Amino acid sequence: MVNAFRRCTLIVVCALLPALGAYAQTLRIGLAEDPDVLDPTLARSFVGRIVFASLCDKLFDIDEKLAIVPQLATGYEWSADNKTLTIKLRTDVTFHDGEKLDAAAVKYSLERHKTMAGSNRRGELAPLASVDVVDAATVRLNLTAPFSPLLAQLADRAGMIVSPKAAQAEGDKFGAKPVCAGPFKFVERVAQDRIVLERYANYWNKANVHFDRVVYLPIPDSTVRLANLRSGQLDFIERLGPSDVPQVKSDARLKLTKITEIGYQGITINVGKSDLAQKNPLGRDPRVREAFELALDRDGIVQVANDGEGDPGNQWVAPTNAFYAKGMPIPQRNVARAKELLQQAGVTNPSFTLMTPTTADAQRIAQVVQAMAREAGFDVKIQSTEFATSLDLADKGQFDAYVLAWSGRADPDGNIFSFDACKQPLNYAGYCKPEVDDILNRSRSTRDVAERTKLFGELAAIVLKDRPIIYLYHRHWLWAYVSKLDGLRAIPDGLPRVTGVRFK
Amino acid sequence: MTTFIIRRVATIIPTLVFVSLLIFGLQQLLPGDPAMILAGEERDPTVIAHLRETMHLDQPFPVRYAYWLRGVLHGDLGESLRLQQPVRGLIADKLPVTLELACIAIVIALAIGIPAGVVSAVKRGTVWDYGANVVALWGLSTPNFWLGIMLILLFSVTLGWLPASGYVSPFDDWRANIASMIMPAFVLGNAIAAVLMRHTRSAMLQVLSSDYVRTARAKGVLERDVVLKHALRNALIPIITLGALEFGTLLSGAVLTEQVFTIPGFGKLIVDAVFNRDYAVVQGVVLFTATAYIVLNLLADIAYAIVNPRIRVQ
Repeated sequence: MVNAFRRCTLIVVCALLPALGAYAQTLRIGLAEDPDVLDPTLARSFVGRIVFASLCDKLFDIDEKLAIVPQLATGYEWSADNKTLTIKLRTDVTFHDGEKLDAAAVKYSLERHKTMAGSNRRGELAPLASVDVVDAATVRLNLTAPFSPLLAQLADRAGMIVSPKAAQAEGDKFGAKPVCAGPFKFVERVAQDRIVLERYANYWNKANVHFDRVVYLPIPDSTVRLANLRSGQLDFIERLGPSDVPQVKSDARLKLTKITEIGYQGITINVGKSDLAQKNPLGRDPRVREAFELALDRDGIVQVANDGEGDPGNQWVAPTNAFYAKGMPIPQRNVARAKELLQQAGVTNPSFTLMTPTTADAQRIAQVVQAMAREAGFDVKIQSTEFATSLDLADKGQFDAYVLAWSGRADPDGNIFSFDACKQPLNYAGYCKPEVDDILNRSRSTRDVAERTKLFGELAAIVLKDRPIIYLYHRHWLWAYVSKLDGLRAIPDGLPRVTGVRFK
Repeated sequence: MTTFIIRRVATIIPTLVFVSLLIFGLQQLLPGDPAMILAGEERDPTVIAHLRETMHLDQPFPVRYAYWLRGVLHGDLGESLRLQQPVRGLIADKLPVTLELACIAIVIALAIGIPAGVVSAVKRGTVWDYGANVVALWGLSTPNFWLGIMLILLFSVTLGWLPASGYVSPFDDWRANIASMIMPAFVLGNAIAAVLMRHTRSAMLQVLSSDYVRTARAKGVLERDVVLKHALRNALIPIITLGALEFGTLLSGAVLTEQVFTIPGFGKLIVDAVFNRDYAVVQGVVLFTATAYIVLNLLADIAYAIVNPRIRVQ
């Protein structure tokens, strides 16, 4: 009798198991902003990259240690002169419209990135001269000059491959219904409300996809985002407010992941962007800039501005990064030395305006910097300016100093070249030194990590003394999610990958 | 009557032209380069140049205005450069959401404000009056975003009764729609209820002290009928006007509430567009709102003329 009962129970459980497995599982992710257009060629926002991580696979990806790993590629080989990169592709990949992903599709996508009007990828792929289809599973990228950050670029939006058929049919409207080769395919988007993706049945790595749907919900207010998570309407939220960390830690139903960003928070100083640079002692005299930096206590800034959720830093990469110049460690606060330097410069009470966007964290940085610098004799006037206006003023050189953050790129080149090389678009400081350009170009032409580390060390020795940017700290990406969510990988770019993630 | 209507409609055209010039002109005064903000973090110069060309920012003001006006006259309000969606479609998506929110909010406001105002006036100087005044003062002085977050913490996080944010269309699930709308509508309605209560109270006090009310009481009419049938009906006229005005304000003024509850409505659309310098969206939404106000005004004028023939003659 007992055995019969056990047998019946077993049969019922076995019968139910497939049904349980078939239960549609949806992962609901709360975003801090509404993404811009979902076309990898035209996209420009950080938050859009979070959606792309589920929608569009790339030739390469980065791992937890910032190493480049193949995704749609299976391997690669550089030519001896570093001017040709041959990439082997997976042969089992199809786009969401069923079309095969092959070398011709890769060539099409890369050329689209290069030539499409308004492409934001053109700059990232600037040294790419042409793409050859070697065979169906091999492409050759021909460069005008050696360019070591190329693999890192191909591990981001520039390496996303779109369906040529869909892209040709939709033209510049492709972003309204993107067709890629990621684990999830596009279903619908309601602006400012939701983006819905659905599992792609023929995904090449489908064994690692454990959700039927992923829904991205933009909820700008971090308190409301957390409330949604706590009330069970979301499973994951990105960019948790630093002040909410204790609340998440004390809730047994939630988990927290912290990742040090690959970007930075810093203060850009106008050292040559306009005439204003020479009119202000901060822009004019490197000793005044050194005194200003010595007046700052980075630990204190992180505590006040970001509730301690950040790592102090003094370079364009975090101290934990392999390319961090160890010979130039974080300077300790030294008010006496700062005063001495100001005396040597003949300006005991220099005054300058610190422009800051109106975001809460930037405002807090400005306030704490103002208070710290005052102790060394600086008179810092805070100018809170709406973000678009502040960018415009920065571009025209109408500022003394500017609180500005950068979301960061996997290769250190992405954090420094455009900011410190002469006449680059993000060089708001107006900094220009031929020897710096020379080192930057040499760091681009070698792939040898030791050689690049050495070059970045040389670069740091010059740039960190000239101080066109005073780097302050590297924020923590804060992810909060329900405890049952398992398999999340903490990739330093702050983009959650859904592949491999499941409910326990 | 026909002449009156034709005359009134004719006056709309110059008004709309003026409004369109104003919208377009004011937007040009906004600081910050829209192409630069739309170009994203990289701010590639070729992208900025392309965006300038797409937005005709490389053309002088009259040419830009002519481009835009030509589109508007063809029913094309342009395209959001940030979202790559037609502005007309965005308005069509967002307007019903905000309309629904405004309607529920106004119903809540009327349901709270008018009875509270009546009780306060009838029971003047009693604990009821003071109580209603305290509630009104609370409603007026409570910031929407704070009340919104408190409601979310209570009803969503602690009790788990209502969704914390988001919007569900009534055509998808009407129960979920009501659940998603009740908190934001209450937050909006609460502030308006306070205003309505104060106005109802003063209007009722005025009417209750008038001669005809005294006559009604002298005739022995029940106090309930005196209040509800004789006094309230007269007191309601300015309240309805006020309610209608508040409703108009709600259409564009629910921004903070929409932000807190992540309701994808009209207010949120325009605020996001302003911060992202998405000019086509700002222009389209403001033009649409202005036109709606002008048309509603026209309809009100026509309604007055139908009711009161003297207006037609004037």
